Amino acid sequence: MERATNRQLATMPIEFKLNGKTVVGRPDETIIETARRHGVEIPHLCYKPGLRPDGNCRACVVEVKGERVLAPSCCRYPTEGMEVTTDSARALGSQRMVLELLLSDMPEKEYRLDSELDQWARKLKLGLPRFPSRAQPASDLSHPAIAVNLDACIQCTRCLRACREEQVNDVIGYAFRGEQSKIVFDFDDPMGASTCVACGECVQACPTGALMPAREAGFAAAENTVDSLCPFCGVGCQLTYHVSQNKIRFVTGRDGPANHGRLCVKGRYGFDYAHHPHRLTRPLIRKPGVAKSADFVVDPGNWSEAFREASWEEALEAAAAGLRKIQSEDRYALAGFGSAKGSNEEAYLFQKLVRTGFGTNNVDHCTRLCHASSVAALMEGINSGAVSNQVNDVLRAEVVFVIGANPTVNHPVAATWIKNAAQQGVKLIVADPRRTELERHATHFLQFKPDTDVALLNAMIHAIIDEGLVNEAFVKERTSGFAELKKNSKAFSPEKMAPVCGIPAQTIREVARLYATSKGSMILWGMGISQHVHGTDNARCLIALALMTGQIGRPGTGLHPLRGQNNVQGASDSGLIPMVFPDYQRVDNPEANKRFRALWGAELDDKPGLTVVEIMNAANAGKIRGMYVMGENPAMSDPDVAHAREAMAKLEHLVVQDIFLTETAYLADVVLPATAFPEKTGTFTNTDRMVQLGRKAIEPPGEAREDLWIIVQLARRMGLEWSYEKPSEVFEEMRKGMNSIAGITWERLERDSCVVYPCEHEGDPGEPVVFRTHFPTATGRAKFVPADLIPADERPDRHYPMVLITGRQLEHWHTGAMTRRSGVLDAIEPEPVASLHPLDLAALKARPGEVVTVASRRGSISLYARADEGTPRGAVFIPFAFYEAAANLLTNPALDPFGKIPEFKYCAVKVTRGGERPGNPGYGKGGTLALLSG
Amino acid sequence: MKGKVRSTPKGRGVDPKALEEVRKLLGAAPRRRDLLIEHLHRIQDACGYLSAMHLAALAQEMRMALAEVYEVATFYHHFDVVKEGEEAPGRLTVRVCDSIACELAGAQELLHRLPAILGADVRVLHAPCVGRCEVAPCVVVGQNPVPFANAAKVRETVEDEAVKCPVPGYLDYAAYKRGGGYRLIADCLAGRRTRDEITKIMEDSGLRGLGGAGFPAGRKWRIVAAEPAPRLMAVNIDEGEPGTFKDRWYLERDPHRFLEGMLVAAWCAGVGEIYVYLRDEYAGCRAVLEKELKKLQARPPCALPPIHLRRGAGAYICGEESAMIESIEGKRGMPRLRPPYVAQIGLFGYPTLEHNMETVYWVREIVEKGAGWFASHGRHGRKGLRSFSVSGRVAKPGVHLAPAGITVRELIAEYCGGMQEGHAFYGYLPGGASGGILPASLGDVPLDFDTLQPYGAFIGSAAVVILSDYDKASHAAQNLMRFFRDESCGQCTPCRVGTSKALALMGERRWNQPLLKELSQAMADASICGLGQAAPNPALSTMKFFPHEVT
Repeated sequence: MERATNRQLATMPIEFKLNGKTVVGRPDETIIETARRHGVEIPHLCYKPGLRPDGNCRACVVEVKGERVLAPSCCRYPTEGMEVTTDSARALGSQRMVLELLLSDMPEKEYRLDSELDQWARKLKLGLPRFPSRAQPASDLSHPAIAVNLDACIQCTRCLRACREEQVNDVIGYAFRGEQSKIVFDFDDPMGASTCVACGECVQACPTGALMPAREAGFAAAENTVDSLCPFCGVGCQLTYHVSQNKIRFVTGRDGPANHGRLCVKGRYGFDYAHHPHRLTRPLIRKPGVAKSADFVVDPGNWSEAFREASWEEALEAAAAGLRKIQSEDRYALAGFGSAKGSNEEAYLFQKLVRTGFGTNNVDHCTRLCHASSVAALMEGINSGAVSNQVNDVLRAEVVFVIGANPTVNHPVAATWIKNAAQQGVKLIVADPRRTELERHATHFLQFKPDTDVALLNAMIHAIIDEGLVNEAFVKERTSGFAELKKNSKAFSPEKMAPVCGIPAQTIREVARLYATSKGSMILWGMGISQHVHGTDNARCLIALALMTGQIGRPGTGLHPLRGQNNVQGASDSGLIPMVFPDYQRVDNPEANKRFRALWGAELDDKPGLTVVEIMNAANAGKIRGMYVMGENPAMSDPDVAHAREAMAKLEHLVVQDIFLTETAYLADVVLPATAFPEKTGTFTNTDRMVQLGRKAIEPPGEAREDLWIIVQLARRMGLEWSYEKPSEVFEEMRKGMNSIAGITWERLERDSCVVYPCEHEGDPGEPVVFRTHFPTATGRAKFVPADLIPADERPDRHYPMVLITGRQLEHWHTGAMTRRSGVLDAIEPEPVASLHPLDLAALKARPGEVVTVASRRGSISLYARADEGTPRGAVFIPFAFYEAAANLLTNPALDPFGKIPEFKYCAVKVTRGGERPGNPGYGKGGTLALLSG
Repeated sequence: MKGKVRSTPKGRGVDPKALEEVRKLLGAAPRRRDLLIEHLHRIQDACGYLSAMHLAALAQEMRMALAEVYEVATFYHHFDVVKEGEEAPGRLTVRVCDSIACELAGAQELLHRLPAILGADVRVLHAPCVGRCEVAPCVVVGQNPVPFANAAKVRETVEDEAVKCPVPGYLDYAAYKRGGGYRLIADCLAGRRTRDEITKIMEDSGLRGLGGAGFPAGRKWRIVAAEPAPRLMAVNIDEGEPGTFKDRWYLERDPHRFLEGMLVAAWCAGVGEIYVYLRDEYAGCRAVLEKELKKLQARPPCALPPIHLRRGAGAYICGEESAMIESIEGKRGMPRLRPPYVAQIGLFGYPTLEHNMETVYWVREIVEKGAGWFASHGRHGRKGLRSFSVSGRVAKPGVHLAPAGITVRELIAEYCGGMQEGHAFYGYLPGGASGGILPASLGDVPLDFDTLQPYGAFIGSAAVVILSDYDKASHAAQNLMRFFRDESCGQCTPCRVGTSKALALMGERRWNQPLLKELSQAMADASICGLGQAAPNPALSTMKFFPHEVT
């Protein structure tokens, strides 16, 4: 007879008595849960599904026959034959007394509509509490997003568990003791002065309103709620918009597969940009005689000197006419930039418009600036650009290797899974030139010298071979080219590379050993890997590590480039790439070309188009003369941005479609007012290959129109007979050209909100883990591609002795157009800052907070200095979201030869004390909150 | 409106100088989280307080979050957290014990008078029981306990800068060995005794846990031994129950007898590593243990498991077994919910044998003299010996080893030299702060585990405090409830809020007895640990046996 394992036994149904009735429960299901399933309600406050039960409030105590004291039903598991009473006089006596004790300390004032404590008091018919109240603490309103009113605190620690066990931000503590016990931020500091990152998880967890959205936003009774998505990063958090009077009042996290209710500061508080008065509400046409130049500036709040309003009819005709004219002379002189912020349907139609309406493949988007090199390496090695495993697979790994990524800032909710994994004992290896927040959670932190990724990674490869840890069977059966890798790696012993990358050989070996020998090792990387002239080489090394150790193709082990924008995966999948049609089918592949000719009923160019930086160069050379830019802001995001702005100023005809008058739109001939994320419906594909549905929550302002409608209108005026009316129609067409999503139906998306691809046939569950049996290459094998040391294009020297690293801040998205117009986000990071090591700052004789000037061979900006020990000596970190101190005026446009990605992560600069205070771009600067709430 | 630029990353930065100082203080000590309290002691000892700058530096050095360090530092009485702009405590701290025995002996007057006498740079604090009830009132100057304190004596001690705890004379390693010490454990390890045999002796002797709960010692060993390895042992010398001082008494006299018993218990239960948790108030004992453990480890009588001596930081609740485990792990001393029991999932998540110090102190003697020897003692049908910590209005307070089952009247007459001159027996606390208060009319009830339950009382750690006709049970009950309010960890509602509300009710001239009883029932039923469950006992006893005082 086979015996059940302990694990099976632990989940086998058992019978016990609940209030006299026999019920079926499970040894791993708490009494309160079983009771709820059987319709028995037990009062509870500190218990909240999703949080670890703590059993501290004691409102849920029940009587267990034979036990001396009552048991907390939220923490107690039933055993066979147990007799539980939830409503005996004794149990009720304690339940009621607990509520009464807590009620006696509640303030007169209410902070939320229906406190859970009040609800239970009502249900248990409690009268006025008979005890005197405690001395009440004062409010803490120091944080722009969250009001702290501890007079309503019942010390249930739900906020603490949300902060420390879910989000692992570790800001909230339970300090002091006894009746003095208190929820604190850091050292009992004002929340606004603490390390709080305003993820708002504590607010979502609080049962009484002690923690609430600031400015009493939580009191606004929502007329309706709309389940949708976060519009910011690639994590793809599901959320719910709470709407009244066509305004989003607040946002709550939804139990989506990528976030399970969690959000970050952008997702939770960064929604109000949609209501900013700068929103474009009517089409604009450039006034005659208003010249364009690289430094041409428009006040986005008052554009009337440069533009005039126009009707849609006039504006669309003007937009199309300019494009038609150039097309008739030289179709290769046209190009389009789509956006990774738009939906899959928008991306798909946009590239289809460029390919079939303009007649060229000159269509690209910001993926070029973020993961183009990663994708190049992945396509070359395994013929698939997407992730092999989802982020929260880190919970099933034994080792997690994060390199060149700062997920607590750029993918905050993904970072929570990584931190959860570390808490559970997963070994976390973090490699980055900057010491990031993740370091504290890491078992190994490798602060290697900037630009030495290949040295470090090749040394790991060397160590794995050297110590005989190669997975020979995997290499033999599923890869090719290992011999070359092996040969190449000979020159890169850890001992030799240690002085190059600054990491001791012993550490490199230890980490390599850990990675190679674990049951599952996940690699996650970001732009620290990709944005180099050797970005493709960096990624090749990571792929090689996974292949040589067989750490791919199973749950809990694989490769995950953390995608930046909310739909950069989807926009790439949908074909916003010059060399490929949707689903990465190369334009110069006759098969693919034929397939899309048939699908689209149009002639298609088989010459790969130009990439982002190439288009800018061509514009400067007069070869690209007309552009259609939808939702991108190359005037801020491109490297050596003065040059890019110059190029755009030279364009004969520029059509910009956006929600704000962006820096790119300053140079437009026609500006088309589009819709913000919550104003439209569409699908978005996150970093995990989850295709998710974003649903329309509010109407756009004025005459702003849905992007899909605008693209269709332009297409029709370019001579295409398009009649798409709904995103679902577009999606249906996409399924015909893209095998990866062929099995996903719109109905299923509406029902489930999320389907993972590959999902080739209707009814397929979708594959969270790919490459299980083979790689999608012609031979089924993956290919090793060795990498050599290539130095950065511009190394520090006597004149420009420091290294500039650019990137993002937690609060500011991309070029800041949205986030600097969001009240809370602008309040937290109102001004441009340059982070330097305090000792470097001291060497400049500059104090933290003073203005410094950072100059490169291409430009110079002045901004405030921030002393940050996490920045390595000799480096300066600047986020590129600030127009008044645009980091990209400094960056080097040198490209990676394969991915054509610019080297945003490395160029030579000099920093000097002093300079002009950064100017005012007409938005942000800490003024947004007053503007939006006043 | 112009935005405010932050000149540093969010929150409090780390001052490089403070970081340097903290690194120096920590030296080569591991930065493991379970050592947080030890590290906080190093800073507190060196600086006299914990500045926010040092705490932030410590957090970074230990790779902990600020809140994680702060919540622990503010939990314990003996850490003084001083934030920017706050005043540091004076150069010296004088702690006046105002728990029951010392209060009976005049602690309140000392608390009232001392601040003016000692000057501005000396901080006078009231303190929960310092475990020296036999010399009440006791005032601790720095770490130096002043027995039978009066204002003049305390001033003199302060003026003399006598702030160290004197180390008592005791039987040291060599002397203990000369008397046949460590032969038993050596025999065990050499295979001359079996685990089963020793465990059986313990079972037969009827020795029960002497920390208060009274769980049979031998059975505990078997339970832990049956759990999967690795197993740990945690010895509880956080003797904080007001009126209890027996552990200190024995440690100050014969520390190795305890250590050998501990090693035998560990061996029997298959324990691989031992943690000894000593309350911070016992600085003298700490000096003894540190010194003697060093000697023991330098010249071990046999192979020894690793033994870690951990220092409490002023928190009664850490005498609760699971709170102590949390504290050893470097956390706030908040009791855990049970199940799971610490024997299954205890220290660092491992099965843990937790023992009160005195319980293992008896092991050697019981094994040497036989189970029957121990069981042969006892009175009124009870078996064994008890170390009674007697204080209050008796002529000879102190630790009195007496037969289990002795009545309080017999104890006073035979062991304590009768009542103090001029005092008449009025009532007594049979088991410290938690065990209730019984009237003189119940002075003939045998004192032992289980015998006092019918009266709503228990013997606990056998801390007997005698009240006289000069005292009031209701005042004692208030003193005890104030103690519980101050010492509640703050985790669960019935205890955190209940002790505070109960104390307010007990401050009335006439108690609202129905409400107090209702509250007491919920505290006893719904609190997480024994503190909250037992906290209402004195109030309930008062209403039951001394109703004339409160109606």
